[in-house]
Amino acid sequence: MKKKLVSTLVIASVTVSLLAGCGSAAGSPSEAETATTEEAIEEATEEVAEVASDEGKVINIYCWNDEFRTRVEAVYDQVVETSEDGTVTTLKDGSEIHWVVNPNQDGVYQAKLDEVLMNQENAAADDKVDIFLSETDYVFKYTDKDANVAIPLTDLGINPDEDFADQYEFTRATASDSDGVQRGSTWQACPGLLVYRRDIAKDVFGTDDPEEIGKKVADWATMKSAGEELKAKGYYTFASYADTFRLYGNSISDSWVAPGSTTIKVDQEIMNWINDSKEWIDGGYFDPTVKGQWNDDWNKTMGSQSKVFAFLFPAWGIDFVLNPNWDGEAGSWAVTNPPQEYNWGGSYVHAATGTDNPQAAKNIILALTANEANLTKISKETSDFTNDKSAMAGLASDTTFASEFLGGQNPFTKFAPVAENIKIAPLSAYDQGCVELIQNTFGDYFQGEVDFDKAKANFETAIMERYPEITEVQWPE
Amino acid sequence: MMKKKRKSISYGKWGYLFILPFFVSFFIFSLIPLVDTIRYSFFEYYRSGIKEIGPNFVGMKNYVSLLESDMLKYAGNTLILWVIGFIPQIVIALLLASWFSDMRLKIHGKQFFKVVVYLPNLIMASAFALLFFTMLSTNGPVNSILVSVGVIMKPIDFFGSVFGTRSVIGFMNFLMWFGNTTILLMAAIMGISIDIFEATDLDGCNRMQRFFYVTLPLIKPILAYTIITAIIGGLQMFDVPQIITNGQGNPDRTSMTLIMFLNNHLKSKNYGMAGALSVYLFLLSGGLCYIVFKMTNRNDPDGSKAALKAEKKEQRRKRG
Repeated sequence: MKKKLVSTLVIASVTVSLLAGCGSAAGSPSEAETATTEEAIEEATEEVAEVASDEGKVINIYCWNDEFRTRVEAVYDQVVETSEDGTVTTLKDGSEIHWVVNPNQDGVYQAKLDEVLMNQENAAADDKVDIFLSETDYVFKYTDKDANVAIPLTDLGINPDEDFADQYEFTRATASDSDGVQRGSTWQACPGLLVYRRDIAKDVFGTDDPEEIGKKVADWATMKSAGEELKAKGYYTFASYADTFRLYGNSISDSWVAPGSTTIKVDQEIMNWINDSKEWIDGGYFDPTVKGQWNDDWNKTMGSQSKVFAFLFPAWGIDFVLNPNWDGEAGSWAVTNPPQEYNWGGSYVHAATGTDNPQAAKNIILALTANEANLTKISKETSDFTNDKSAMAGLASDTTFASEFLGGQNPFTKFAPVAENIKIAPLSAYDQGCVELIQNTFGDYFQGEVDFDKAKANFETAIMERYPEITEVQWPE
Repeated sequence: MMKKKRKSISYGKWGYLFILPFFVSFFIFSLIPLVDTIRYSFFEYYRSGIKEIGPNFVGMKNYVSLLESDMLKYAGNTLILWVIGFIPQIVIALLLASWFSDMRLKIHGKQFFKVVVYLPNLIMASAFALLFFTMLSTNGPVNSILVSVGVIMKPIDFFGSVFGTRSVIGFMNFLMWFGNTTILLMAAIMGISIDIFEATDLDGCNRMQRFFYVTLPLIKPILAYTIITAIIGGLQMFDVPQIITNGQGNPDRTSMTLIMFLNNHLKSKNYGMAGALSVYLFLLSGGLCYIVFKMTNRNDPDGSKAALKAEKKEQRRKRG
């Protein structure tokens, strides 16, 4: 008996290890596997799809967290209720929104989304993606006119020039393909500000008044002399070299890769970032122990024990990154103008090509991104900076609005002028990899591990690994 | 008649039936992917954004461009990282195994220690890596303690230097695998007949002699197995350096292993290039295993041809 048990176990373990081995051997056959199971599901659901009317009863929305869901629940007037686990939202006409959430980290979200978008044609009506979200860093991948996975908004019956007249221009440009056809829309604009510690400002500059501090950080040159004062008192201006990247990266004059080209052109602004960052890190204006962003060391510099004076954040950064990491009393931070206007992030809503719910997609997009009352509501409730010029102007002049975290300051008075001045950088489908890899490879250079030419070579190697079609990297003289 | 019929009863088919599940699953889950991987290695086949490029037949182009890339450097990194972890692993494991299996030492709580040394292996490698990454980060607990106790003046940037990163990765691999090796070697040593050890005692062997001239030669097959599995495991080193260096192989790609390199190609679903790299890895591990097998089994009178040849040669030499 015992022997039998042992042999069963051995067989089981052999099978398991075989299965495990399969995953690393090759991805394609397992894809074939899932394809066949999908076909099976398709056959099973086909009958159901036939029963449904011309507009499907299931709206599949692909996103990476529950932010969009809470926004829809807050302002979309068709919502009845959301199930306990947050996966299904019932609408008044009886149709259901199915939320398909995959984390953004490590490209998981994009990988899953790409899979379903590529199988969109063969999928059953109720399995088709109807709406999906994308971020500024990779929005271009999905608005690409050759890929044609996001429907041009005019095809949905939306007139962007009219319906989105109050949106910030740069958000509309971001969601447009290379011909200027808008294929997505967003409820948020993400102008960035400089967020600084009031206690450090008082200690070094003798004042924590946002206007006074704003003058000290008006541009990079004055910022540097302010950094000198901070350093003299033992403070760091910023936490990491990656903190300043968005300001430069948003001001590039040409896209990383020109349409149809396979050459990456590194912009002069990026070189300025590299040179300035090296100068600043050697000069002691950055905390040398922090390497890049989104790591533990970086989070700790937002705590009360930290010596870091300021961060560069848009509205979401203050609420979702800075606030949770701050362990001191509320009201210790304040916002002021950044040394250079910039935009960081933003989630775009797209209707997927092949959707069986075009009308519902249109309604949701309009309700969430082009309705002043709705957007004002979102801004008031979550202090998100929403994509409506008049609503934001209204909030900026609203003296009753005060943020507790920012010591009673109304951040919209600072956000609104930045948003007006943002010129979005020309996008390409390669932005995400370029932004990520240039920060990583030059991290070694800033830390003094490699010299400048080696860092350049490392970037070239890494980017060609990520994007096999890239043939050349050109650096400015 | 009856006799003849009984003679023709064959139980062989049951044997085949019982091993059938293995071959079916091997065929579906291992052989087809394997052949496909090799096939795709001759194709240009990747994804650009959400557009699929290929598959277009390109011959040996993938293999050539891999050789032109830094593949050999990553192979070197993998080797260095493996050696840093493996040498202490095998030494400590041999030492512990011989202690634990030594009747005369009478170690108390043997079972307890066996469990303890094996424990690190039970933790998922990625969790283990994340734990070390957090503990050793510049503002992490280890640095805080060292600074507040006064051992160092300012925090050490463990992952900022080549030496630091490699040592940490090697140390973690050692910590995770020495228990496993200890248990294996202990089983091997306990498989040796007790009579032999008694004989060595009677002949007046000291402990060192007993270990090097009796124990070690007798556990050779298991030792070979350990080394082969360790080599294959080392070639596949991925999760620990991937998490410690955030997939970048920092600093300056000196901790980039071959599988991390492979993983970078899979980010763009570059099946062609990844397939070619897999074929190189396959050949490499095959070659390494062959060498180790030859090295450890040359004089083993286990019935292998090489042993037979060596024996015959020896006899001829004696006669002559």
